Amino acid sequence: MLVRRLFRSAGFRFGAVYALLLTASAIALASFLWWATAGLLDRQTEAAISADAQSLAERWSEGGLPALIVTIDDRLAQNVDDDAIYLLVDPRMNRLAGNLAGWPASISVPGVSYELPISRAGTRTLATVQRYDLPRGFHLLIGRDVQVRSQLRRLLTDALLWAVGVVLLMATIGALLVRSLFRRTLANISATASAIAGGDFAQRVRLSGRGDEFDQVAEVINDMLDRIARLMDGVRQVSNAIAHDLRTPITRARTRLEDAALHAQSADDLRAAIERATQDLDGIVGVFQALLRIAEIEAGSRRSSFARVDIAPLLAEVADLYGAVAEDQDINLVVAAPAVLPAYGDRAMIQQAIANLVDNALKFSPADGVVTIDASVDGMITIAVGDQGPGIPDSERTRATDRFYRGETARNTPGSGLGLSLVLAVAHLHGGDLRLEDNHPGLRAVLTLPLLEEAEARRTPQAQPEVAQPVAVP
Amino acid sequence: MRILVVEDDKDVAGFVVRGLREAGHVVEHADNGRDGLFMAASESFDAVILDRMLPGGIDGLKILETLRGQKNTVPVLILSALAEVDDRVKGLKAGSDDYLTKPFAFAELLARVEALNRRGKGEGPVTKLVVEDLELDLLSRQVKRAGQKIDLQPREFRLLEYLMRHAGQVVTRTMLLEGVWDYHFDPQTNVIDVHVSRLRQKVDKPFASSLIHTVRNAGYMLRAEHA
Repeated sequence: MLVRRLFRSAGFRFGAVYALLLTASAIALASFLWWATAGLLDRQTEAAISADAQSLAERWSEGGLPALIVTIDDRLAQNVDDDAIYLLVDPRMNRLAGNLAGWPASISVPGVSYELPISRAGTRTLATVQRYDLPRGFHLLIGRDVQVRSQLRRLLTDALLWAVGVVLLMATIGALLVRSLFRRTLANISATASAIAGGDFAQRVRLSGRGDEFDQVAEVINDMLDRIARLMDGVRQVSNAIAHDLRTPITRARTRLEDAALHAQSADDLRAAIERATQDLDGIVGVFQALLRIAEIEAGSRRSSFARVDIAPLLAEVADLYGAVAEDQDINLVVAAPAVLPAYGDRAMIQQAIANLVDNALKFSPADGVVTIDASVDGMITIAVGDQGPGIPDSERTRATDRFYRGETARNTPGSGLGLSLVLAVAHLHGGDLRLEDNHPGLRAVLTLPLLEEAEARRTPQAQPEVAQPVAVP
Repeated sequence: MRILVVEDDKDVAGFVVRGLREAGHVVEHADNGRDGLFMAASESFDAVILDRMLPGGIDGLKILETLRGQKNTVPVLILSALAEVDDRVKGLKAGSDDYLTKPFAFAELLARVEALNRRGKGEGPVTKLVVEDLELDLLSRQVKRAGQKIDLQPREFRLLEYLMRHAGQVVTRTMLLEGVWDYHFDPQTNVIDVHVSRLRQKVDKPFASSLIHTVRNAGYMLRAEHA
């Protein structure tokens, strides 16, 4: 149970992986060290023995037994390190030459290395020996005293074992450290998350300031929280605005109906009152639809229907649609736009945003005035719609895009005060912006949208959204 | 027209059924998805008005998809409180011919349903539209009335074409916005009225009788004076 719970902890897993890696690399290093030192010594001994055997065999074939005995004696006499061991015996196992008293009983197979204790010149020592069979029943034992080497080897083994022990200890400590580091970082995030879940939306994940990966995660989380906070703020604003601004038309409709019910003199009166109340309700529905549409746009879900769109024909269409209205009011509608304005976005939404701007401009423009639609490309696509109406004073310009904002000068014009909010939402959804400027006189609304290339470059790091063509409603 | 109304809300259904009958149509009504699907699949209708959210385990989209899966091409108008653009797109993708969101004006619903009927019958390419003495040639893009040539802007031509294709039917402002301008929102200014009044200046004013009529609280209708 405990083990399973431990393994479910990511901190423990990270620690364990750390310890495992450290131990594995320590073992690999020790093995290499062993192979490079103790192993090398063993291989050297074996090489020396086989070289000896080869040259002694040559002596035998050149000079026979006497030459071999002389050579062995010579070699023993010249052996400075005093580590060579030879023993030559006749077929009856009697010693003929060499520095061993008698043939060790355990050595029976030729060509195999034996490691065995021997007694030589009165001292017990450790030797590696090999047996070689000579013709005519003679046997030769060649070896090396490896007492010193085996001591060295034991020393090395001890050292390596200790080292493994130390490594294991360090791995455990390291694992615990990694785990606590992991925990501390996560605890920071999880504390923030639970504070927010508990209702304190002002909390943000603390940054260590090191700019590391954990900081990056924390920043992403904080950005997300900021966006959620903004959305929640928007929702709060909207619900307040709905409460205030829809009350008026609802009151009007209600009053009309009640008044008609109480005071209508004829069926015609009644019908007229109902008709007007229906119109009021339609107006309220219109406001709701506009609100929902803005909310839909701000939620960003419409990005899935983004596609390449040329804004130039959209401008021409809007100009065509509103041109007649402008002419009717003796307003001069002037359009100046490049032949192509490539953007990436929702065609219908951009269309509506432009239409709203032109609609506004026409609504506030005086007769004989000029309404201009200027489009240009300068890093961004800029669509400026200017009128010569009363404009919006500096102090109110930032509020002009709030939902339900109606300028002082706009009190007597029809409208819900949602037009610019929608334009702003569309601009933000596309990564653009809406600026309101003084047109000397009048208002100049400047809608900026990213160019196609820029929009595409921006969306490549994210998952590619499914590009759907807007479906035309028949 | 023989029309099936699949709608679970009693008030809305009663209102729609009564209104359609008053307009001279034969109306059947189903108040849940299962009955709706059964009736739509087994009987022949000129149009189906379909609510999206229905009781009975089968919603409007399911009915529509099933019908289309059976190669049933009956014109379908979805009537729904789901007003988001995505909902609309979903409905049209599922094979509906039109999509109207609640709340709605009955005149709008009636006009759209009657427009569906014409669409089903008008098969084969039409090259010339004629109403009374007004002729619109789709190939040469020329308009004549009483043998007299009328010069129209491209957009005016399309507006007249739309009205003539729906001659004798009420055409609402929204239908014109969608059909002629491909606009799927309601511009606050009465842009359509202005365009129609300009068209009237050219098509009706110089002549003895008017063909384009205003239908109160609904929209416009192009028809012969005596009809």
